[in-house]
Amino acid sequence: MLIAGYLGFGALAAAQGIPLWVAVASTAAIWALPGQLIFVEMHALAAPLLATVLAVMLSSARFLPMTLMLMPEMRDPRHRAWTYYVVAQLLSLSGWTMAVARFPDLPRRERLGWFYGFTLVLMGASALSSAAGYLGADRLTAEARLGLVFMAPMYYLLILLGGVRERSAALGLACGAIAGPLAYLATPAWSVVAGGLGGGTLAYLILRQARRHG
Amino acid sequence: MAELWLLLAACALATYFWRWLGVLISGRLDGESEAFAWVTCVAYAMIAGLVARILVLPTGALAEASLLERASGSAAALVAYFWLTRRNLFAGVAAGAIAIWLLKLAALQS
Repeated sequence: MLIAGYLGFGALAAAQGIPLWVAVASTAAIWALPGQLIFVEMHALAAPLLATVLAVMLSSARFLPMTLMLMPEMRDPRHRAWTYYVVAQLLSLSGWTMAVARFPDLPRRERLGWFYGFTLVLMGASALSSAAGYLGADRLTAEARLGLVFMAPMYYLLILLGGVRERSAALGLACGAIAGPLAYLATPAWSVVAGGLGGGTLAYLILRQARRHG
Repeated sequence: MAELWLLLAACALATYFWRWLGVLISGRLDGESEAFAWVTCVAYAMIAGLVARILVLPTGALAEASLLERASGSAAALVAYFWLTRRNLFAGVAAGAIAIWLLKLAALQS
């Protein structure tokens, strides 16, 4: 399922004029599809570097809670301290979900090795998919390419809507979906940051209000 | 070109910052704190805002599809994902891509 997202990402990068190697390298270097989408889209908009970096940074804030939760599960006195900082780069939404499911069946000292193996295969497959999507986009008819480019936003639409379990997620998504396009009309270059901060803060305030009266 | 690699490096560092911070303070941060709740809301809102913007006000290749075509493609993806299959992500994404491809082909024929 990650493959579909990265096929779409490759096609999108090709459509926005990003060189192939930069698109593939971004899969290993950023290793977060929303951040990569922001990277490609904001580059196409000629957004200021600071705005792009800030938007990517805010979009990947979810790695903080994900890492916080997973690291204690992998800690073992046998591992050197720096290996945790390497494994943190390999963490992704798919790897995290699979690890949370598998860890209870694995002895603690084997978890880190398993995680390295699984996430490296995942990253390799995703890098290949980005390249395939990129190269495929050039060889397809305009209509089929449109379908491929359409895969990236669809992937996120479904992941986001399918993953809603809490009120904070639903409200954040709703406020963001409205604030994002509005912010884009006001300031294309800063729209991702402004829409996220505006929509997210609104969602947070509504939630806090609801809790007080709830 | 060099600028693009620099941008990529900066974006990679920006992402790694959270991973690094997570390892550093794992076990010490309160997942129930107000700051944490706010960051979660902002993260969701930003990704949703980006996807909504790509679908409503697209740039580049996707701008060649009309709003109706994009809406129909999204609807096909949602129907395939939530109703036709048991939340099969690949089926949903494929349905959306095929729907918008067929719509474009049909538009060419007429």
